[in-house]
Amino acid sequence: MSATARPPKGAATLQVRSLRAGYRGTTVIENLSLPDCRPGELVALVGPNAAGKSTLLRAIAHLIRASGTVRLGHEDLLAMTPAERARRVGFMPQLGDHDLQLSVLESVLSALQAGAGWGTDPLPAAIAVLEKLGIGALAMRELGALSGGQRLLAGLAQAIARDAPVLLLDEPTSALDLAHQWQVMAAVRRLADGGRIVIAVLHDLALAARWADRLIVLTSGRLVAAGPAADILSPALLAAVYGIRAAVVPDGAGGVFVRVDGLVETDIDAPARLST
Amino acid sequence: MIADAIAADYRRLRRRRLLVLAGLACAVVLMLLVDVLTGPSALTVAQVFSGLVDPGQLRAAERVILWEVRLPTALLALLVGIALAIAGAEMQTILANPLAEPFTLGISSSAALGASLVIVLDIGVPGVPPIWLVSANAFVFALGSMLLIQLLVRVRGADAQTLVLFGIAIGFTAGALLSLVQFVASEDALQQLVFWSMGSLARADWVGVAGLALIVLLAGAASLRSAADLTALRLGDERARSFGVDVVRLRFMALIRVSLLAASAVALVGTIGFVGLVGPHVARMLIGEDQRFAIPASLLVGAMMMVAASLVSKSLSPGELLPVGVMTALIGLPWFIMLVLRRGGRR
Repeated sequence: MSATARPPKGAATLQVRSLRAGYRGTTVIENLSLPDCRPGELVALVGPNAAGKSTLLRAIAHLIRASGTVRLGHEDLLAMTPAERARRVGFMPQLGDHDLQLSVLESVLSALQAGAGWGTDPLPAAIAVLEKLGIGALAMRELGALSGGQRLLAGLAQAIARDAPVLLLDEPTSALDLAHQWQVMAAVRRLADGGRIVIAVLHDLALAARWADRLIVLTSGRLVAAGPAADILSPALLAAVYGIRAAVVPDGAGGVFVRVDGLVETDIDAPARLST
Repeated sequence: MIADAIAADYRRLRRRRLLVLAGLACAVVLMLLVDVLTGPSALTVAQVFSGLVDPGQLRAAERVILWEVRLPTALLALLVGIALAIAGAEMQTILANPLAEPFTLGISSSAALGASLVIVLDIGVPGVPPIWLVSANAFVFALGSMLLIQLLVRVRGADAQTLVLFGIAIGFTAGALLSLVQFVASEDALQQLVFWSMGSLARADWVGVAGLALIVLLAGAASLRSAADLTALRLGDERARSFGVDVVRLRFMALIRVSLLAASAVALVGTIGFVGLVGPHVARMLIGEDQRFAIPASLLVGAMMMVAASLVSKSLSPGELLPVGVMTALIGLPWFIMLVLRRGGRR
């Protein structure tokens, strides 16, 4: 109900230009521009550790210092107040270790009530969010008592509570088993299909290739490649970005498999591994 | 329909919480009455009740006992309990640390330093009772230490870890200076100083009660207004920020409230341990982490603990008011151990 009634999900694209971001004393990203992201698109942000993926997400959500251009349509996301931005950008950080006596429903209520004060009754909206993700049964369970997969879905529920047109997910599938990975990615895919712009940091290239419309490949804070997985994933790219020797094999369903054969840099152990 | 079932479950939970709050409030009122009824001089229940309604009915001596000793003492206990529990609940939330309490950031050492300077240097202002001066300077120093922390936060950022580090540094510095003052103090001044820092309700008067009531009212209302944001902060800084909460401002304002509450409590009665630490924990066990319920529950539990400590402190040795800070620690200890054991059991 509220999903269709609320602004401003729609035709606005997300534009990132000349972005500079970092933490106190260090600049992680400098002069980074991305291809525009369109509504309905699920974009996977991939790259090695310390490539600046999480930093990029935080910069778009303006959770850290950032300058440059981050626009949603004509709106400057970096110039907004936190409350205005929260209506446009949902953010899910990496899974923390919460041992909270707060139920899943209360956590979603909190997402809706924060900054809004006492006057609102967001209960129907919060319940609708849980039902959308198919976790209504978890509503009264405490966050501290959930499994990793359940906690992740609860976190996703908090991130989409305000029905923002942009959804940023930091490693939504790490530490999940295959079934939960599928469950989460299917939910994320549906959220994108509903007209959102979804950008997810993913470490698993096969998962990225299977679910995302496009990959954005980062290394050392720079954009290396962007496009559909089948177009851009190549042994040369994987060698350059990850330092691995790998084969990229079509899976016959539009996606690809990545088979890792070893490291590019030869170290002492390498000859032994090569000979087997 | 699942949605209706969830809504019904949630409403039931909310009703249960309101009942818990009502029960706690009744318990606090009851204990407060018992506290007023208890004392070394034999006032009957009838005398107390009629004296509360119409002070003119009592003889002068009884009126003084009831209105100048028992009532201010009981109310001060209540208010200090409330102040410390709110301060503790907020401190635990903004520092994301269940072991934080109102004095984690060195407020009590700073207050003690302020008090010691007045006592040891024997500073006096004509026309002002010396004990007021001690309290006033304790308050000024406690607040000063908080301002210093705020200043450092402005320079370095307001994350929980930085705050704790600054607080520890300030606490140790104030502690060291306090030792220095004690070292040069006369024997007489030293005794006063030790007595001051043990925490006592004996200094209660209506001016202190009224002042603390005002601060509790203002700070309490402000923290209840921020309750939804504080709940979001329980989920983590980044979450809260992504929900639209201005986390830096929220921490800043909460820290000001904590400073005012803790500084005025410590200035009036000295250092009182455990109430600010255990009160919020017990409240969370009873009522969960939704701060709209957890803050009121904390303040009620804190009030109960303090009034209980006041009762015990005058019942143990009749005619004498034992240091209430000692009592809260002794009463708080079993609670605290139980809490730690429970935590251990859940892992």
